[in-house]
Order: sequence, then structure tokens, then C-alpha cells
Amino acid sequence: MIPTTTTNTNTGTTTMLDDFLVRAVLAGLGVVLATGPLGCFVVWRRMAYFGDATAHAAILGVALSVAIGGQIYIGTLLVALAMGWLVAHLADRGEAIDTALGVLAHGALAFGLIAASFVPGLRSDLNAWLFGDILMVRPVDLAWVWGGAALVVGLLVWRWEAMVSATVNEELAMAAGISPRRERLILTLAMAITVAVAIRIVGALLVSALLIIPAAAARGFARGPEQMALISTLIGVGAVLGGLAASLYADTPAGPSVIAVAAAVFLLGLPFRRGSA
Amino acid sequence: MSAPQLAPIIAAQGLTVRHRGAERPILSDVGFAIRPGEIVTVVGPNGSGKSTLVRAVLGHVEMEAGEVTRRPGLRIGYVPQRVHIDDRIPMTVRRFLSLPHRVSDIEAAAVLARTGVDGLQQRQITRLSGGQFQRVLLARALLGDPQLLVLDEPTQGLDQPGIVDFYRLIEEIRQETGAAVLMVSHDLLVVMRASDQVICLNGHVCCHGTPQAVSAAPEYQALFGADSAETLALYRHHHDHRHDEAAHDPHHDHKHEYGHHHHA
Repeated sequence: MIPTTTTNTNTGTTTMLDDFLVRAVLAGLGVVLATGPLGCFVVWRRMAYFGDATAHAAILGVALSVAIGGQIYIGTLLVALAMGWLVAHLADRGEAIDTALGVLAHGALAFGLIAASFVPGLRSDLNAWLFGDILMVRPVDLAWVWGGAALVVGLLVWRWEAMVSATVNEELAMAAGISPRRERLILTLAMAITVAVAIRIVGALLVSALLIIPAAAARGFARGPEQMALISTLIGVGAVLGGLAASLYADTPAGPSVIAVAAAVFLLGLPFRRGSA
Repeated sequence: MSAPQLAPIIAAQGLTVRHRGAERPILSDVGFAIRPGEIVTVVGPNGSGKSTLVRAVLGHVEMEAGEVTRRPGLRIGYVPQRVHIDDRIPMTVRRFLSLPHRVSDIEAAAVLARTGVDGLQQRQITRLSGGQFQRVLLARALLGDPQLLVLDEPTQGLDQPGIVDFYRLIEEIRQETGAAVLMVSHDLLVVMRASDQVICLNGHVCCHGTPQAVSAAPEYQALFGADSAETLALYRHHHDHRHDEAAHDPHHDHKHEYGHHHHA
């Protein structure tokens, strides 16, 4: 087989990162490292729409960043954080959260698309922001993805017991000295970071798919929350590798292929789910 | 302190709680004291503030006025009302007991055995029967050797024999460990005969005292109907008998100190 590394003409050195496929794999793995465990909370807490709202708001963040010439990752992070804060605030006030989230999620997407249409540079590659462009990942994107993923995994490891407790039952968590409100905010922060770094890779429309599908597929095979987080991450890894392979050999679009493989794993796993344990 | 068992382990005074924006407080000027080893039962109609009282005592809701005094270092075990664990979260009984603070296998087995559900460690918690689940919750509350058990309608979803068994279990645990019990209950008859003090709540303390005194109080009868007092009388013989049996328990010496207090 022919080596796939190419020569970097600027420096004259050859590194593995010069290969777009290696970068794509690394970027995908970085994203699923964060979405694997975080997606479990999305499933446990029924926050699917929350993921949508945050991710769709990120499009608005992209448009604003490009318009003012700012750093896109920071812009999307800030807008995603603002949306997350808004949603968490509504949830605290006990609004009919399902409806509110639906309005916010799709409203944010609509405003984001309108904003994007006014930004000349964005019109042409809007698709890349909606569906991601994992094959176009630059080394600098890798730094953002792995930095963000490390931060998210760090937050989740640090707060794991408290977050799981608050998810299982808020009263029991409070009795153990845990503040469910604080854990919710940390979860919101983790979600915003994940969306901000993942949007370049899988796009605003598919981020929440990457949160929900591997976790949902893992549910049937896990006996405990930690096991579910691990299996979810592994399914995410498999989806990235399988999706990229499909993209390479069957020339399918990369981002959707990753999601499709995850969905296939979910479906194939259905008959093998644990019965009553 | 030289005074043996009479100092309250927890006491509330003038406790007032109002939901945000609500015109009327859900609790106003509620006070009581729980001494070591006592079983104190809170009864009252739906919406009378029973759970709010429990949550205020635990510090889970903000009080508008009043004060809760705990003995320093008081260890509390808590069974909240209507615990529902979502089926989407995989969780064995064993893992549940270690959440959020890890406990050893030995400790876990001991509390499960105490509540009669040893051997369920590896079962998924959402697959337990209602009775098993409530016993697992009680087992979890027993971790860390509590001096006060706070139980908010712990017999939720149990059938009648299950309810009787459950209260018997609570009484046994009280006798073995000397833990005091603050309990919210709907099961008037069964619960009252096992209680040292009954607090009849309806936004405020309607009446308060020994089960006999409370069941005879007009305020109680107004809330629950005169029938409830009559039916209680049928159980009273049994109630007295049980207390005679427990006479060796040092924590029982104080029980007749409580008269019947009317509150405005």
C-alpha cells in the first residue's frame, strides 16, 4: 500500500497530521470522547431538545463571528452558552420546558440561517456548518476539538458522582449536600463547549444526533451509569471509524455517514438488549 | 452534657415557608422538637405542607422565617416522597447505595439485610417491586448510621400488609439503633399507634401530642372526620400493649412528657 503521508511544503517535514484522513479520524475521536459520556446525561435527563437548542444557536454564533471577524470557536461557545443559560433558567422557573425548548431550538436555527445569509463568506459553505466537514479539518481545529473534549471529560470526571446523583433524584442528591442547580449549570457549560468544538466536525444539525444515538444504543447493554458512558463512547468511536471508512470507500458524505453508522448500531442492538436483569 | 436523653436532636421554631410569589405561606409558624429515639409522625390532608415541612427541616427549601436547630453533627437518613428512577438510567441496587458516597460491600449487604432485601445487589433498581424499592430506599437511608430517619410517605405504593410490615420494620430499627424517626404518613391508623408524637398539620400545626390526645382533639377530627378517631380506639389496646413491651428501651422514658398542645 502506498504511504498516505504527504510532504509539507512549508517546513519540509512530514507529519502524520498532514494526512486529511488522519486529521478527520482524530477530530472525530476527540468529539465522541466528549459526546459519549455527555450524551448519556442528555438521554437520562431527557434533554434531547436542549442539545438541539444549543447546537442550532451555534449557527447564529458562527454567523456573528464571521460577520465581525472574530474567532468562530469563541463566538459559537458564547452563543451556545447564552442559549444554555436561557434554557436552564426556563427549566428552573418550571416553564413548560418541552414546548419552550422546541421554540428556542427552531427559532435559533431560523435566526441563525437568516443571519448567515447576510454574511457573504458564509452563504457558500453554509452546508459545512449545518452538516459538518470532517474531511476539511485543519490542525488548528484539532487543537480546539481535543482541548474542548479534554475540558468536557475533565468536568464530567470531576463532577461525575454529583451529576449522576442529581440526575437520579434531586432530593436524595440535596440530602447528600449536592446542589442540583449547580450540576445543571456545569452540564450546560459542558454542552456548550461540546457544541462549539463539534460544529466544525459534524455540523449544527447533527451534533445532537451524536449526543443521543450512541448513548441510546449503549443503554441496552449497560448495567450501570459508568458502563453506559463507556459503551456510548466506544459506539461513538466505532461510528467515526465506520462512517469515515464508508465515506472513503463508498464516497458517502462523511458527517452523515458517522451518524448513520451510530444509528445502525442502535438498530442492530435492539434484539440483543438485556431483558429483565 | 449530663442530661441523658432529653435534649432534642432537632427542633424547629416559628418555621414559615412561602412559595415564590404565593400569597399565602405553605407553612406558618410551625414548631416541634424531636428527642433521641422518638417516632414523630406528621399527618395532614393533601397540600397541608407535610413534605415542605420535611424539606425545610432538611434545609432543602428556603424559610421565610423561623429556625431549625440541629444537634451538631447530627446524622440524618432520608427517604424522599415518591422517588421515581427513570428507566433510562441503568443502575444496580449496589451502585445506588454507593451514590454519591462509596460504601463497602459489607456495609451495603448489612443495610440491605436489615431491611429484608439482601441479595438484590445486582438487580436493576427499576425492576424492583414497589415493596422492594421502598426497602432499598430505607436501606440507603440507614447507611452512615443515622441518628434521625426522615421518611416522607415511605409506604407509597405498598399494599395493606406491606404497609403494616414496613412500619413494623421501622419500629424495629428504631429499637435496635435508637434512631429517632420523623415520618410523614397517610396511613393514619397504622402509623399513629406506633408514634410517640403526632403532629397534625394543615399549613400550621392544628394539634400536636400523643396519638391518643391528637385523635381525641376536635381539630384532628375536623380534618379527618370523627370516624378516624373511633377506628383508632380499636387499635388503642394494641398500642398500649406494644409500649409495655418496649418499656426496657431507655429512649422510651420520656414519652409521656408530651401533653396535648393546642395551637391557634
